[in-house]
Amino acid sequence: MQIGLEHYLAVAAALFTIGVFGIFVNRKNIIIILMSIELVLLSVNINLVAFSSFLGNIEGQIFAMFVLTVAAAEAAVGLAILVTYFRNRGDIAVEDLNLMKG
Amino acid sequence: MLEAIAFYLLAGVAVLSAFAVVSARNPVHSVLFLILTFFNAAGLFVLLGAEFLAMLLVVVYVGAVAVLFLFVVMMLDVDFVELKQGFLKYMPLGGVVGAFLLAELILVTSAVRGNGLYTDRPTALPDGVTNAERIGRVLYTDYLFLFQLAGLVLFVAMIGAIVLTLRRRSGVKRQDIHKQVGRTRKQGVESKDVLPGQGLG
Repeated sequence: MQIGLEHYLAVAAALFTIGVFGIFVNRKNIIIILMSIELVLLSVNINLVAFSSFLGNIEGQIFAMFVLTVAAAEAAVGLAILVTYFRNRGDIAVEDLNLMKG
Repeated sequence: MLEAIAFYLLAGVAVLSAFAVVSARNPVHSVLFLILTFFNAAGLFVLLGAEFLAMLLVVVYVGAVAVLFLFVVMMLDVDFVELKQGFLKYMPLGGVVGAFLLAELILVTSAVRGNGLYTDRPTALPDGVTNAERIGRVLYTDYLFLFQLAGLVLFVAMIGAIVLTLRRRSGVKRQDIHKQVGRTRKQGVESKDVLPGQGLG
C-alpha cells in the first residue's frame, strides 16, 4: 500500500487538533499548555517536512529547522517566566493570572 | 508494504501519545508521553527521507526541551490534582473547536490530493548526496542570514531565561570582585590614637 502525502498531512492535522484541544481542556495548568504548543509546532514541522519530501524541494526542511529553533527558544523563555511566577506567587494557576491588570 | 506498516505504527503511536500528553493526570507522565510523541515524529521524518531533521528532533526535543520540562515539573511544588479541575468543564468547548478544526484540516488535505503538484512518493536523493549535505548546501548559502538570525533568537532566549530566573537574595554572602578591587586604604584601615594605660574600650 502506497503512503502518500495526504497520510502525513492527516497525521499532522490530528496532532494539531490534539494540541489545540489540549490548550482548551487544560486551562489551569500552564505547563500542559506549553506542551500543547509544542505539539502544534511539531505538527507544523511534519507538514513542512512532508511537503518538502513530496515536492522534492529541500527548503521545507530548512524552514522546519527554523521552526524548531523558535520552539526551543519559546519553551526556554516560557518555562523561565513560569519559574519566576511560581517564585513570586507560590502556585501556577493561570486563571487568576491578572497581576499586571491595571 | 513494510513502509506502510512502519508509517501506521509510528503515526498511531504518535497520535495516541499526543492525546495522552493532554489527558494525563500527572504532568511527569505528560512529559514522558511528549518524548514518545517526538520519537515517533522523528521516525516519520526518517520515513520521509529527512534523516538530519529526525536526529535534530531527537537531540533538541528529547535531549533539551523535554528534559527542561521535566526539570520544571519536578522542581515546582504544585498541587497538580487541583490544576486538573475544570477538565470536564472545558471538554465540550474544546471538543467542538477540535472537531471543526480537524474537519477543516482533513478537507484541505483531501483537496490537495491529485492536484499534480507533488510526486507520489518521497523523492529519491540524487546519487552520492546525503540529506544533511543537501540541507547544508542551501542553508549556508541562500539562507545564511536567516541562519544567523536563528542563532540570535537562541542567544536572546538564553539571556532572557537567565535574566528572568536570576535573583539576588538578601543575607547571602557572595564575592563582589568590583567591590574588593575598588577598596581603598581609607576604608580598610583606621588609625586610632591610643592613650597610655588605657585600652580602646
